[in-house]
Amino acid sequence: MRKSQREIAESSRLISRRVLMLGVIQAAVISTLGLKLRSMQLEHAEEYRMLSDGNSIKIRLLPPARGLILDRNGTVIAGNEQNYRVTLTREDAGDISTVVARLRRIIPMNDRQAAELITEIRRRSAVTPVMVADRLTWQEFSSIALNAPALPGVTPESGLSRSYPRAGDFSHVLGYVGPVSDFDLSKIENPDPVLRLPEFQLGKIGMEAKLEEPLRGKAGSRRVEVNSAGREMRELSRQEGQQGATVQTTMDARLQNYAAQRLGNESAAAVVIDVTNGDIVAISSSPGFDPNKFVRGISSTDYKELMQHDHRPLADKTVQGAYPPGSTFKMVTLLAGLEAGVINPGSRFFCPGYIQVAGRRFHCWSKGGHGTVDAVRSLEQSCDVYYYELAQKVGIDRIAAMARRMGIGVRHDLPMSAITEGIAPDRAWKMARYKQEWQVGDSINASIGQGYVLASPLQLAVMAARVATGKEVIPRLVRAIDGVVQPVPEFADLGINPLHLRTARGGMDAVMNGSHGTARRARIVAPEWQMAGKTGTSQVRNITAAERARGVISNDQLPWNRRDHALFVCFAPYEMPRYAVSVVVEHGGGGSAVAAPIARDILLFALADGLPPLSAYPDGERAKVEEMWSKMNLMPEPASKTARAKA
Amino acid sequence: MSYLDYSVERVPTGWRKVLYLNWPLVFLVTAVSCIGFLMLYSVSGGDIDRWAMPQMERFVAGMAIMFGLAFVPIWFWRSIAVVAYVICVLLLVGVEVMGHVGMGAQRWLVLGPIRIQPSELTKIAFVMTLAAYYDWLPIEKVSRPLWVLIPVLLILTPTALVLMQPDLGTSIMLIAGGGIVMFAAGVSLWYFGAVIAIVVGLITAVMESRGTDWQLLHEYQFKRIDTFLDPGSDPLGAGYNIMQAQIALGSGGWSGRGFMQGTQSRLNFLPEKHTDFIFTSLAEEFGFVGAGTLLMLYVLILGFCLHSALTNRDRFASLMTIGIAGTFFLYFSINMATVMGMLPAKGSPLPLVSYGGTSLMILLMGFGILQSAHVHRPR
Repeated sequence: MRKSQREIAESSRLISRRVLMLGVIQAAVISTLGLKLRSMQLEHAEEYRMLSDGNSIKIRLLPPARGLILDRNGTVIAGNEQNYRVTLTREDAGDISTVVARLRRIIPMNDRQAAELITEIRRRSAVTPVMVADRLTWQEFSSIALNAPALPGVTPESGLSRSYPRAGDFSHVLGYVGPVSDFDLSKIENPDPVLRLPEFQLGKIGMEAKLEEPLRGKAGSRRVEVNSAGREMRELSRQEGQQGATVQTTMDARLQNYAAQRLGNESAAAVVIDVTNGDIVAISSSPGFDPNKFVRGISSTDYKELMQHDHRPLADKTVQGAYPPGSTFKMVTLLAGLEAGVINPGSRFFCPGYIQVAGRRFHCWSKGGHGTVDAVRSLEQSCDVYYYELAQKVGIDRIAAMARRMGIGVRHDLPMSAITEGIAPDRAWKMARYKQEWQVGDSINASIGQGYVLASPLQLAVMAARVATGKEVIPRLVRAIDGVVQPVPEFADLGINPLHLRTARGGMDAVMNGSHGTARRARIVAPEWQMAGKTGTSQVRNITAAERARGVISNDQLPWNRRDHALFVCFAPYEMPRYAVSVVVEHGGGGSAVAAPIARDILLFALADGLPPLSAYPDGERAKVEEMWSKMNLMPEPASKTARAKA
Repeated sequence: MSYLDYSVERVPTGWRKVLYLNWPLVFLVTAVSCIGFLMLYSVSGGDIDRWAMPQMERFVAGMAIMFGLAFVPIWFWRSIAVVAYVICVLLLVGVEVMGHVGMGAQRWLVLGPIRIQPSELTKIAFVMTLAAYYDWLPIEKVSRPLWVLIPVLLILTPTALVLMQPDLGTSIMLIAGGGIVMFAAGVSLWYFGAVIAIVVGLITAVMESRGTDWQLLHEYQFKRIDTFLDPGSDPLGAGYNIMQAQIALGSGGWSGRGFMQGTQSRLNFLPEKHTDFIFTSLAEEFGFVGAGTLLMLYVLILGFCLHSALTNRDRFASLMTIGIAGTFFLYFSINMATVMGMLPAKGSPLPLVSYGGTSLMILLMGFGILQSAHVHRPR
């Protein structure tokens, strides 16, 4: 069907006319829209701006309950407790000083605190509630609520606050939470608005800080109607927040408690690793502190005391402390030598008590020397000369490489603060660090864990675990998050010749059970828990030639902070290792006398899952151990376990 | 006029078509969409992946479709108009039978990974059918009752199906869109007068039906009407959105609070801040300057469309253009009127700005057909 030119013209004319009419209608509609926009945004903008700023509906955040932290058996080691507090709003209070004076009759407050409070209230906006006091007793709280008519502007509130039921046992590993400071906020990009709530607490250090994200949870919100003064009239709707994730750690609260008590007042650290899966079952640094004090806001006197204490209670020695490992490092040197093929397990060196290298004399700890020494004996008696000779053959670079394979000089990633990498020194390291060539003397010092070598107690425990298993045991602290069990990786084989590993372990066995073993007194006699270990005593000062001429002074005669560090690493049972332990006692003196018994006791507690039978101790030790136990205030066994034992 | 009647040899062919596109329109559409990305970024609080990025991806895809459609000769659309219409009606029936119920209404049809909203497709397809119908119908018959009844039925069939979903907003859009095409085609003004009289009567009847057994609307729809009539009556319930939207919009003033500084939308006073209420965020953050600019851009788009329609001597192409431009006009004016409190809230997006894949795609498809009409116009 063909359209004529006339029809096309007619159609166009009609459409043009109608489009024009449409256009007029559309223009009218759009003009109306434009005029309405103009009226709202230009003529009535002020009214809307006021409505917007003083919107009578406010969104208030509901802080989420912080996630719990549990030990491996489900015991709560960081929880939340009800906290009663009181806030004051200037707008409603009228005469602040009168109200504060009345409050002081209920809540104890000295003059300075009262003055500070009044300044704080005057400084803040009139409608912002200011915290007057928290952690009130129920009595104080209820009496404030009762006297509400006489206390205008005062609001009693209850909320949750962090608490650490095991107080000092976990102080370093868990860390603590505290109020959010401006400095904290400045470090966070786009901070969660909940952080700005006056009572909100943030993980400051340790696991609380490192696992802040899962622990924090999600804030809920309430829509409330407020009057012009900002006071809540009623709640309109409520969206509950989400509690932070429950973190189950690998630690055992009872063992941790035992370890803390066993370390006592020493400046010391102990780490226990389950070698089968890398679980850190105890990690204790001593002395501890009460993290609850930090949550509540520590007083300046308490804080000063912690800061000035020469045993540094605030430092986490388990992962932050880097110590010369001393003779505990000898397994590394030995394995480096065996793996490099420069010696075999039967190779012997002669120890006359010292060696002369490059014009310097390096002494063995035994002045008279050990005579002819093979690999096992070198560990059993901790002969230094054996390692001096070995170090010259194997070279520092291979020792450093073996140290790193054993977990020293590498950072172990745990949710804890300020984890040190330690130092596994080699030629390149010294050049980079000191711009100096590596000297033979450096190798000799390093071979017995002195000189530049530094390791943390955690690294020493990892080393012991790796020697015990021949596998690349990786330590971990988190067992499950919100019930989701973290998978344990299949540890890679270290690729060390099993014969060489057996030699090192045999040496460690001889240390405990050999007739000349340096730690024989600290052995375990129960055959099923037979223990292997290595002592270490590391110097913190240089012995001058003059001193040596006079005869080496015994540690007891030195001031505390110049005494040697006592170290010990061990694992058990010897045949099928389960736990590896490291203990470092700062300025403790000798490794065998001080560190080894502590490590043995903790190891036994772990193996027995509680206090072990006395029969596990050598005869001569039993009375001493019993007396020690009687002085301890140990955590009771969990009810479920007692029931199981009875059944 | 069949496609043989076009001076085919004078219509650009192949890639040369690119030169004959309505480029100002392409730029205007892109400009408006960019305002949309900016606002989606802002209302998400700076989280680009939340809304802005997906919207940009869909925009790129939609632009590709638009250019693709622009290359398809306009006479192709006329020849498939009837088929497209039938498919859309079938899809609407499909929704009725097996559609996914979302937001209290059946609107989505899920076919494997694709979720389609047939009511959106219908908006284009039935404009196409009406345009084809009036292209075929001799002009002198346009206003004869029988020939008026046919397009009315063509409009009412999909409208009835959409109303059953139930989606009052889209039903009204369909009737208004169809009305615009009929109006442009030259149907006598008396008919329109009659329809307006009937509508007024119907509204009265609907309002009277409330609470009786033969209640004609859902209670939520009645509530919206109440709210519209007096938003202050229930500031925390249904009237909440409208009140908050007006406060946000008005508080913008001349130049606004600044990009990402909108308080109302930031504090989540507005639940649908990224879809139906995005205009309030624009108005709050960029003030009258920003809101007015967007309105001007819309007017320019409308202007270029109507100019293209006026200069196109092909009746089908011309009516098609008017129909699509008319639908576009309805979209943005209804949305703006809603957020400014001049119409009851009914959940309509701001075209090219609101977050939403289907709406953006359909609009860009519409612009593609419009471009095709422009490129292939008789010369």
